[in-house]
Amino acid sequence: MDYITIDSKKVPIEGEKNVLSLIRKAGIDLPTFCYHSELSIYGACRMCVVEDDRGRIFASCSEQPRPGMVIRTNTKRIQNYRKLIIELLLASHCRDCTVCHKNGMCELQSLAYKVGVHNVRFPNTKEQKPLDMSSPSIVIDPNKCILCGDCVRTCDEIQGVGAINFAFRGSNTQVMPAFNKKMSETDCVGCGQCAAVCPTAAISIKSNVTAVWDLIEDKNIRVVAQIAPAVRIAVGDHFNIPKGENSFGKLVAALRIMGFDQIYDTNFAADITVLEESAEFAKRLESGENMPLFTSCCPGWVKYCENKYPEFAKNISTCRSPQGMFSAIIKEYYKEQDEKEGKQTVVVSIMPCTAKKGEILREDNFTDGRQDTDYVLTTTEIIRMTKEMGIQFDKIEGESADMPFSLASGGGAIFGATGGVTEAVLRHLSAKKDFQTLQDISLVGVRGEDGIKEATVDFNGRELHIAVVNGLANAGKLLDKMKAGEASYDFVEVMACKRGCIMGGGQPGPAGPRTKKRRMEGIYRVDASSNIRSSDENPAVAALYEGFLKGKEHKLLHRNLHE
Amino acid sequence: MLEQSYYDKADEIINQHGTEQRFLIPIIQDIQNHYRYLPPELLSYVAKRLGINEAKAYSVATFYENFSFEAKGKYVIRVCDGTACHVRKSTAILDQIYKETGLGKGKHTTEDMLFTLETVSCLGACGLAPVLTVNDVVHAAMTPEKVHELFEELKGAENK
Repeated sequence: MDYITIDSKKVPIEGEKNVLSLIRKAGIDLPTFCYHSELSIYGACRMCVVEDDRGRIFASCSEQPRPGMVIRTNTKRIQNYRKLIIELLLASHCRDCTVCHKNGMCELQSLAYKVGVHNVRFPNTKEQKPLDMSSPSIVIDPNKCILCGDCVRTCDEIQGVGAINFAFRGSNTQVMPAFNKKMSETDCVGCGQCAAVCPTAAISIKSNVTAVWDLIEDKNIRVVAQIAPAVRIAVGDHFNIPKGENSFGKLVAALRIMGFDQIYDTNFAADITVLEESAEFAKRLESGENMPLFTSCCPGWVKYCENKYPEFAKNISTCRSPQGMFSAIIKEYYKEQDEKEGKQTVVVSIMPCTAKKGEILREDNFTDGRQDTDYVLTTTEIIRMTKEMGIQFDKIEGESADMPFSLASGGGAIFGATGGVTEAVLRHLSAKKDFQTLQDISLVGVRGEDGIKEATVDFNGRELHIAVVNGLANAGKLLDKMKAGEASYDFVEVMACKRGCIMGGGQPGPAGPRTKKRRMEGIYRVDASSNIRSSDENPAVAALYEGFLKGKEHKLLHRNLHE
Repeated sequence: MLEQSYYDKADEIINQHGTEQRFLIPIIQDIQNHYRYLPPELLSYVAKRLGINEAKAYSVATFYENFSFEAKGKYVIRVCDGTACHVRKSTAILDQIYKETGLGKGKHTTEDMLFTLETVSCLGACGLAPVLTVNDVVHAAMTPEKVHELFEELKGAENK
């Protein structure tokens, strides 16, 4: 076995591609801004510099491990280097930390503290640049950018969108869209992955917290919340709750304390989506029109497909997303009561997703010209509200959500992970629902972290070819293959974010490999502990179809594509 | 949108090079040589044809000082302000050109689209300092008087 020596400790090389991985394996948390294991190596931030036995200083992220290397990670010289790098970064950085919404969660701030920078000797000579507030999902503040390039690489490499890049050079370098266009004029899909990787507040989630507090304060307004599947396994992250644990009950309790009037579970609407999408699939399968069927739950994916592959737009399911269906149902459900009580119902959905903020503004998601979802709060924003109010999230007792829209199957719950929608549809389409059948379905190959998963299942004596994709760059690859005639499918599920909604742009960070794994496990635990596993066995959904929803299915559950 | 002829020209240049991504720079160089600037619409168009996202193409085009998104004048004057030219009083040359053309800091091209003035850090002809070029023709050992004569000549050629 080959070794390298890190701070007098011998560490075996086991296929690691760079020295930094070995250092972390040795238990030393070397600081970085620009290194992310899923992105290409950039070597820009220079925080991970180390010194070898010959006094050479290099960035450990971009250095291949060689047997016999002897390196030190924290000599006096390196300490000074790191301090100076941070000091220089801070010199051209906005330093209004106390009023920055990333305060306390900013990696630049925490590293400055960690390496012990107590004084910045240089004045900030950069001119203040305007903020870009044009996107419904994200806000760009160039004054807080440290040019680590994480957003640029995420947008390009993981999402295949490439809406932003570096422009100009030297001290004039700035991350921006082509020709400094507004974000709303680019191909940005609003997935928010750039904000998720941004170490500072240069790219952040566009917050609707103040607007929602205002609604809650207004007594004439009925504020109805719906909570998406992936929120519950991440919302506890900032409150000392083990990663991936289901905090749904606590979240419901917290929302009640805040003053939300009704709280429902989006998993319920996910069950409805399964029924609608399955019916649509069966219909298309029979007629052979617009095949394969693409899922429509993920607004990032829908926009990506429309932007880059408009010829495939007709393949996208006409179903609204669970959020869209649910808000339409809620608005319709309270219509009469509102008139009687002289109230107004607004729907606030709590989502792991920043693209949902854009989805609600799409006219094809409106019902009779009415915007159904009024605001989207991401998990991060709901954490903020919890903290603002001082709710001791880890200590409060869990409560159950309100009826009649909160009973949900495990099939609805797994929408939060890549492959979940497909698995839920397969459960529904399967004639048998016994434990063994469900087990078999879970093993056909739709679960897991791979970017593109393929499965073949038997349906009424016919072979169905299924693809499950996560990460939009992978979706682009798949569509290119389909275009070239190298692949053909019957059903394609795409989630814009890697691993699905559990790693959405609105989820709290930082989330390393362990957190990602725990979240995935958490979602499937919610499913495993559900009394109902298949969406069609949900009695509340059946009752809704029989009663209130009768005759309104198309109006409330599908996108109005012809208006 | 530009006139169709611009896109046809871009197509012609792309066909000379090919549509591999590595040809981005030579293609936009040729476009700039032809139009004396790089029309922004054509950068987007070339990016699309080469399968490069627009932001990346913009990143490349803004990295190099040589590319200009603004239309340049008929005569592009580059005044060297590198060390050697600077100590040999290139500032006086620059001032004289400002006087002749009415250009100044922040204004690089005359309204009649005749002159564009650029300062560069070195033209690689330090022995001829102070030096300037007019459309790549070198004028060596310049003085304010020689600048005046040069402009008389250029303007005279135009008025004929």
